[in-house]
Amino acid sequence: MTAALTFDGVGCTRGGRVVFAGLSFALSAGDAGIVAGPNGVGKSSLVRIAAGLLAPVAGSVRSAGAIALLTEASALDADVSLRRALAFWAKIDDRADMVDEALAAFDLSALAFIPVRLLSTGQRRRAGLARIVASGADLWLLDEPGNGLDASAVAMLEAAIIVHRARGGIALVATHTPIAIHNAHRIDLVRSA
Amino acid sequence: MRIAYALVSRDVRRAWSGGGVTLVVAFFLLATILFPFAIGPDALLLARVGGGVIWAAALLAALLPVERLVAPDAEAGLLDQLVVRGVGLPGVAAAKIVAHWIGFGPPLMLAAVAAGGLLGLSGETLVAVELGLLIGTPGLAALAVATSALVAGVRGAGAVAGLVMLPLAVPLLIFGAGSIAGGAGAIKLLAAITLVLLAGAPFVAAAAMRAAMD
Repeated sequence: MTAALTFDGVGCTRGGRVVFAGLSFALSAGDAGIVAGPNGVGKSSLVRIAAGLLAPVAGSVRSAGAIALLTEASALDADVSLRRALAFWAKIDDRADMVDEALAAFDLSALAFIPVRLLSTGQRRRAGLARIVASGADLWLLDEPGNGLDASAVAMLEAAIIVHRARGGIALVATHTPIAIHNAHRIDLVRSA
Repeated sequence: MRIAYALVSRDVRRAWSGGGVTLVVAFFLLATILFPFAIGPDALLLARVGGGVIWAAALLAALLPVERLVAPDAEAGLLDQLVVRGVGLPGVAAAKIVAHWIGFGPPLMLAAVAAGGLLGLSGETLVAVELGLLIGTPGLAALAVATSALVAGVRGAGAVAGLVMLPLAVPLLIFGAGSIAGGAGAIKLLAAITLVLLAGAPFVAAAAMRAAMD
C-alpha cells in the first residue's frame, strides 16, 4: 500500500473555540510536512486529527498506511526495562525483531536494561522515537519530537526521517523547534481571531 | 489473538508486580476479620452470617484496584497508541476484564478459604461460597473495568467509583450470598447477571475511553 495523507478543508474546534478552519494539504509517499506556528495554535490537535483520535468538525481526512504516533506521553511502561517496554509495542506490531535496531538508531543500546522510570526527559523522548522506528509504520505523526532532545539527538531524528522517506514513508512533524527536513511542505497554522 | 495475549499478560504482570493483588487479598481478609470483632465470638451466629460477610468483603475488595485499571493507561497514552494501530477499544476493555479477573478472582477465592476458616463456616457452606465467587467474580471484574473507564480522569476517582459501582454490584451480592442457602436458582441468576455484565461492560468501557480522548 502506498502511504498517503490528505486533509481537505479540515476544521477543528476545542471547547467551543475555533482553533483552525479550512486546512487543506496532501502528502504522498516520500513527503514530509512541517506544522509550524506559535503555542496554542492547534499543532497537537492537527496531529491528533491526522491520527484519527480527534474527529474534525468540518472537512475530511484520508490516510493510507499504518500510523505511528509520537505524543507528549511516551506510552512506555515506567516499571520495566526500556527494551521490554519497546518489545511490548513491537509484539503488538508483530515486529519483535526490530527493537534492537531501533534502540541503536537513537543511541539507546547502552540503556536497554534500565527501567523506563529512570530515564531522563531526552532519553525518554528518544525511546518514544525508537518506538516509532520499530513500528515500521508508513505514516509518522510526530508531535514536538524535538522536545528535550540535544543537538546530537536531533541529528539522529533527522537521519531517521530521511531513511523513512527514502523507503516511501510520510512524516508529519509538528514542532516549534527547528528540525531540518529538506523539501518539506510547510503547513502554517495561524492563530484565529 | 497476539494483541490480546500481549495486553492481558501486560495487565496481569502490572497487577502482580504493583502489589495490587496482595493489597486486595489483605483488605479482603481484614474486612472479614472485622465482623467477628463487631458481632462478638458467637460461633453459631458467625457461621450463619459468614457467607454473606465474605460476599460483602469481596465486593469492597473489588473496589480497591478500580482507580488503577484504566486511568494510568489513558494518561500514559497507551490507549491512544492502541487506537492508532486500529485495535478496537471494546477488545482492549475485554482484555482488561480478563486480566483483572486473573489478578483478582483466583487470589480472592483462595483468601475466601482462609476467611471461611476464620468465620467457622462449614465445609458445605464454603463450597457454596467458592462456587458463587467463581461465577460472580468475572461479573465483578467486568463492572470494575467499566467503572474504572467511566471515572478515569475524574478528581477523587476512588470515591466516585464506589458510588458508581456498588449499586450496580448489588444484584451480584444478592444472588451470590443468596446462592449459599438458595441453591440452584440463585446460582443461575448469579450466572445470568455475570453474563450481562461481561457482555455489556466492554462496550460501556470502550465508549467511556473514547469519550475521554476528545
